[in-house]
Amino acid sequence: MANTRGAAVKYDSVQKSYDGETLVVKNLNLDIPPGEFLTMLGPSGSGKTTCLMMLAGFEPATHGEIYLNDRPINNVPPHKRGIGMVFQNYALFPHMTVAENLAFPLQVRNMNKAEQEEKVQRALEMVELGAFGNRRPAQLSGGQQQRVAVARALVFNPELVLMDEPLGALDKQLREQMQYEIKHIHESLGVTVVYVTHDQTEALTMSDRVAVFNDGIIQQLSTPDDLYEDPQNSFVAQFIGENNKLSGKVIDIQGEECLVELGDGTQLKADRVNVSAVGDQTTLSLRPERVEFDTHDSMDNLVNARVEELIYLGDHIRVRMNVAGNDEFIVKVRNRGEKRTLNVGDTVPLGWALNDCKALDAVV
Amino acid sequence: MSDTTDGQVLTTQDGKPLKAALAKALRREKLRALLLIAPLLIFVLITFVAPIADMLFRSVENGIVAETLPKTAFALREWDPGSGNVPDEEVFAALYGDMVVAVGEKKHTRLGSRLNYEQSGISSLFRKTGRRIKRMDEAGPFTEQFLDADKKWGDVSTWQVLKQFSPKYTDGYFLNAFDAKRGIDGIEMKPADERIYMLLFGRTLFLSIVITLACLVLGYPIAFLLAALPLRTSNLLMILVLLPFWTSLLVRTSAWKVLLQQQGVINDFLVWTGLVSEAGRLVMINNQTGTIIAMTHILLPFMILPLYSVMKTISPTYVRAAKSLGANDWTAFWRVYFPQSVPGIGAGAVLAFILSIGYYITPELVGGTSGIFISNRIAYHISSSLNWGLAASLGTLLLVAVLVLFVVYDRIVGIDNVKLG
Repeated sequence: MANTRGAAVKYDSVQKSYDGETLVVKNLNLDIPPGEFLTMLGPSGSGKTTCLMMLAGFEPATHGEIYLNDRPINNVPPHKRGIGMVFQNYALFPHMTVAENLAFPLQVRNMNKAEQEEKVQRALEMVELGAFGNRRPAQLSGGQQQRVAVARALVFNPELVLMDEPLGALDKQLREQMQYEIKHIHESLGVTVVYVTHDQTEALTMSDRVAVFNDGIIQQLSTPDDLYEDPQNSFVAQFIGENNKLSGKVIDIQGEECLVELGDGTQLKADRVNVSAVGDQTTLSLRPERVEFDTHDSMDNLVNARVEELIYLGDHIRVRMNVAGNDEFIVKVRNRGEKRTLNVGDTVPLGWALNDCKALDAVV
Repeated sequence: MSDTTDGQVLTTQDGKPLKAALAKALRREKLRALLLIAPLLIFVLITFVAPIADMLFRSVENGIVAETLPKTAFALREWDPGSGNVPDEEVFAALYGDMVVAVGEKKHTRLGSRLNYEQSGISSLFRKTGRRIKRMDEAGPFTEQFLDADKKWGDVSTWQVLKQFSPKYTDGYFLNAFDAKRGIDGIEMKPADERIYMLLFGRTLFLSIVITLACLVLGYPIAFLLAALPLRTSNLLMILVLLPFWTSLLVRTSAWKVLLQQQGVINDFLVWTGLVSEAGRLVMINNQTGTIIAMTHILLPFMILPLYSVMKTISPTYVRAAKSLGANDWTAFWRVYFPQSVPGIGAGAVLAFILSIGYYITPELVGGTSGIFISNRIAYHISSSLNWGLAASLGTLLLVAVLVLFVVYDRIVGIDNVKLG
């Protein structure tokens, strides 16, 4: 980290239930070091927003303790936590101008007027809206409102900033631009950021680490590349990036390798990630861009597959194939400008390396 | 395709102006839209606009003197009330001619009771004169005969009233509504003990403001609670808010009588607890207190509903955002939530105020003498004293007062800041 202005956050066996019958968050343990950009990623209803709201203080934890810089904050009301927050729909106060919105957290801290104005102006310039101080939020575009919301969450120099799907309302292009801007702001300020999203691209682009949530549990907590390269279970493999699934049964284990037999008798070698014993059901996970058409005998896995469909996408061609009875098997072929040689109905050999093929838990 | 580069009128292919063509194309749709609203429009015109226009007209209309006593009215033009003398023989002759016709048509008593509003005693004067008119000598002289019939014909003031109300239109009703009258030296205020309408207008305004504020103070927290609760619970509570709507107004008002009267439930309870001595039972009904309590109760839903519908649209994330920015509960409410609920306050206050300013039945039942409104006086003139002209002018003043307040409100708060949902 460039500097360490950020705060450390710690969830210690936190549980949350709304109705006393089901747990929305099941035993969450999470350490966030100062200055980290951590993303909570997961489908809706996975408990990620609840975790964020508990940290912000808007939802009480049913069990467990949350620490901010080693200080337990369960009993600290939200306004005394000093945590900046960017809301899903920005929550800019519509009856105040942009400058008044930004001055609000400074006013409630009884800062003197001159200092307020200076800070507001600096924050506006940080998000490149220096000339917009006198506008009302409704007079700004979605992207500008988003920037004001970020500036407002940062203007009182919090050590921790929470962002609850802040880019959800923006169109694709603006979203990508804002991702970089938020990332750069984070890098230059060094604050700790906890970011919630259901968009995996957003998570991979911006984060130092990503916590993938499902069913109230963190499925995997790793850096973006680890998540993609080394998913620890089928959910993560499926949720992050594109993924081919092949179901089978483990018939042999040798160290970190295992041999898996598919339904039609095809045997494949795979990296043993999440299988414990011979005879276990398993799901093989394989990224579409790791499958090769140019096969040679030294490859770990070789199968014959039938071309079902060709989809031309410009930079690459998606080929839907039937591999061992699974006709949803996708292969990405880079468009190198050569003449297309594949045709629907052809049967061609495919090959891939053992390390690209992960043997994970069986999908129920 | 035509173009506008040389600034000419755009035309269609066959050379007609584009605007005319567009208007023609849209005419059918406009006509259909008009047909759709026609039933309501006609209904409103007949039952609302026309009666109001008629009422406004009645406040200045005054054809009765000129119709009943046309010759007298004409002859009186020459007479100067400032001279201090009663009119001359010529006028009395005209009066005789008019009265004979009027008595024949039995119209003189109507005129008498109309002019009695302006000066008491004229009604009996006309009845008395009517009885004597047949015995009068047609040859004259008429002055003595009329004075013989009733001495009041010798009073300048009688003639002054007749002359003042001879024109077809009069400002007399409005002067009356302002507690003023036209004396010999022009317009003057009535004696202090006869002034009533300005006091009533003032009281109506004051009590309406108090009632509106009471509704706001009581209604705001309820609306806040309703908007914050989950929909199932708030719907249930909303039924409680609406419950009074389903009960007869008379029943509710009578219930307040039972509760508030000196031998009523509340006083009995206070005496029982010893807070109030037997002799010191509180007077809470048939006075302003009664009016305020009962009207606040009746108008409360009209304040709560617009408040609720506006508060429902205020996202709870605003308050959360304020808190995350460091505001405590009160600051978050006052700086962030309250300003956004102002349109609801505006709508509710305007609704409650306008309803209360024209309220009639509750003040009538629980207001006693000190708690009645101007509308009670209007109703009295409509149904008891039958002085419709005065009732109309009081109604007009009430209407103008409301409109003026509306304009003032628009200037201060802005009418587009009112949101009913």
